Amino acid sequence: MNARNYIKLEFPSKSINEGFARSTVACFAAQLDPTLEELGDIKTAVSEAVTNATVHAYPDTIGKIMLRAKLTADNGIEIVVRDTGAGIPDIDKARAPMFTTGGEERSGMGFTIMESFMDTLRIRSVAGRGTTVTMRKKISMRIGKP
Amino acid sequence: MELTTTYKDGRLDLTFYGELDHHAAREAVQKIGQAIDSYLPRDCVMDFASLSFMDSSGIAVVLGTHKRMVEVGGRAWVVNVPRQPMKVLTASGIYRIVEIAEAV
Ligand SMILES: Nc1ncnc2c1ncn2[C@@H]1O[C@H](COP(=O)(O)OP(=O)(O)OP(=O)(O)O)[C@@H](O)[C@H]1O
Ligand SMILES: [Mg+2]
Repeated sequence: MNARNYIKLEFPSKSINEGFARSTVACFAAQLDPTLEELGDIKTAVSEAVTNATVHAYPDTIGKIMLRAKLTADNGIEIVVRDTGAGIPDIDKARAPMFTTGGEERSGMGFTIMESFMDTLRIRSVAGRGTTVTMRKKISMRIGKP
Repeated sequence: MELTTTYKDGRLDLTFYGELDHHAAREAVQKIGQAIDSYLPRDCVMDFASLSFMDSSGIAVVLGTHKRMVEVGGRAWVVNVPRQPMKVLTASGIYRIVEIAEAV
């Protein structure tokens, strides 16, 4: 069996790492030969998930953020962003557009953006234990690709 | 991210360079707030031509700038939006609140 390519990252929840995380995943995804738009979608979704872990999971501390990305059989990518922070008490509520617990600095659009820029978004969370966000996106094949 | 502010004849131009994310947003919000407070402009134009990346943190920056301008009796809009930031602005529905204009 052909082992699929993957990466694993772990970094502290410092905001400086948001740019590092999204650029790293974009570099990894480049081997799927995505369009600029597809690459932008992946970068944006990673930025949202990592920012959420930074801002909401660890509001007053620096915690660990774990990120995994792997290629999938359908010429796609699966990205998992995990924290062991605050957790989300009501996931359905959190996913709703414009719902935020973050005040003026946030717009409550992060999950909405992840959902619309990726093919699938799964959120698992336990209050007080942490959150795992799993996103997948299939990259269209090059033939006749703009 | 870089942000430059220029004021002339009642109009404040905010020019964004690079990547506007959560890491960059706090400083941007502060700088914009200071510029609006000191010039009390009638118009505030956010130029995104050199903005290479934006996420939802940027939506809050645009909305916050709009609110601040309404408070001082003026208005704010966004111009020259590249593809990736435009996709984020569109997904957020913010164009229903803040005007996204074609060019200056
Ligand atoms: N990793 C997380 N840990 C704890 N709570 C989270 C996490 N991610 C999201 N949340 C909760 O879900 C809400 C919605 O998240 P979402 O990303 O959609 O919006 P936001 O982060 O509040 O605003 P924006 O993403 O537009 O800046 C958050 O306000 C927060 O309460
Ligand atoms: Mg968010």
